[in-house]
Amino acid sequence: MRSDTLIIIPAFNEENKIRQVIHSAKQLYPEIDIAVINDGSSDATAKLAEKAGAVVLSHSFNMGYGVSLQTGYKYAVLRGYRYVVQMDGDGQHDPAGIKTLLDILKNNAADIVLGSRFLGHNDYSTSIYRLTGIRLFRLVLKLLSGSDIKDVTTGFQAMNRKVLNVFVTDLFPCDYPDADVILMLSRLGFTIKEAPVTMYPNNEGKSMHGNPLNAVYYIFKMVLSMFLTKMRKY
Amino acid sequence: MPIKQKIVAIMIAVSIFIVILELVRKRKLREEYSWLWLLTGTILIILTVWYDLLVQITRFIGAALPTSTIFLFAIIFLMLVCIQFSVKISTLTNQLKDLTQELALLKAAMPSEEKKDFFNN
Repeated sequence: MRSDTLIIIPAFNEENKIRQVIHSAKQLYPEIDIAVINDGSSDATAKLAEKAGAVVLSHSFNMGYGVSLQTGYKYAVLRGYRYVVQMDGDGQHDPAGIKTLLDILKNNAADIVLGSRFLGHNDYSTSIYRLTGIRLFRLVLKLLSGSDIKDVTTGFQAMNRKVLNVFVTDLFPCDYPDADVILMLSRLGFTIKEAPVTMYPNNEGKSMHGNPLNAVYYIFKMVLSMFLTKMRKY
Repeated sequence: MPIKQKIVAIMIAVSIFIVILELVRKRKLREEYSWLWLLTGTILIILTVWYDLLVQITRFIGAALPTSTIFLFAIIFLMLVCIQFSVKISTLTNQLKDLTQELALLKAAMPSEEKKDFFNN
């Protein structure tokens, strides 16, 4: 019988890490299916992921993290999965957290569970810049929705079919989806919970935000998006 | 407005007209992107030929010279063209995203042997 849960892993040039990420997930959860979204990688990510036993969805060019996630969601809906766990392809997310997230989800205690690096014990200290950004978004989120979510930019999440059905539409912001997605879900009436997970630092120093200019745009976009999300009719 | 300025302005406006119409005729420019240029060319000619109207507008917006009015209109027009492009680019970006995703999902559903015939990756 096929699994009702799918793990989706967006990956861009992660040939060094992707096999380990897939193996460690498969070891802990052999019954869960895994899909890697190869976002136009120029290295061997796709081949290695396929060899490691994941389904590989390949973009013809690099489309970005948000688009990759949505491709994963669309695949999940297409194949009839009930639950999706999303995690990063660079090994930052400890797969042990998957159980934590799914337990809450499958008990119907939430529609979406966010894996928080701030709730559990973590060796990994976020850079001061990221922390400032996260604190800012946290504040705006609290202001606009009253939500107390701490880790508003986590990519480690688990969601049910109801949330998936929203994420596969144009409502999903493919351009750096983060705190604005949480706000949108809250406005749509979904139950959002946070749970402690372990995250590791990214050794290679790669950031999806690239240069400082992108980081500035990201902050601007997030704040703008949150205010506009508050103003939209849902 | 000095006669030299009028002649130059009209020549520019007529040139824009001719170039745009030619591009549309040769199918290098879609009509949806041509109308704003043609409208501006038309307005430019009207304002140059109908001097009194130009002077009235100049007084209305508080400019010192009629030439300023023409420049203002040119700037407004360029802004409108840019907005048109931004909106169109946004639409195209969305469409491209949807297509890329559909293609990725389709490729994943193909058996490996068939995939090799069609794609490089």
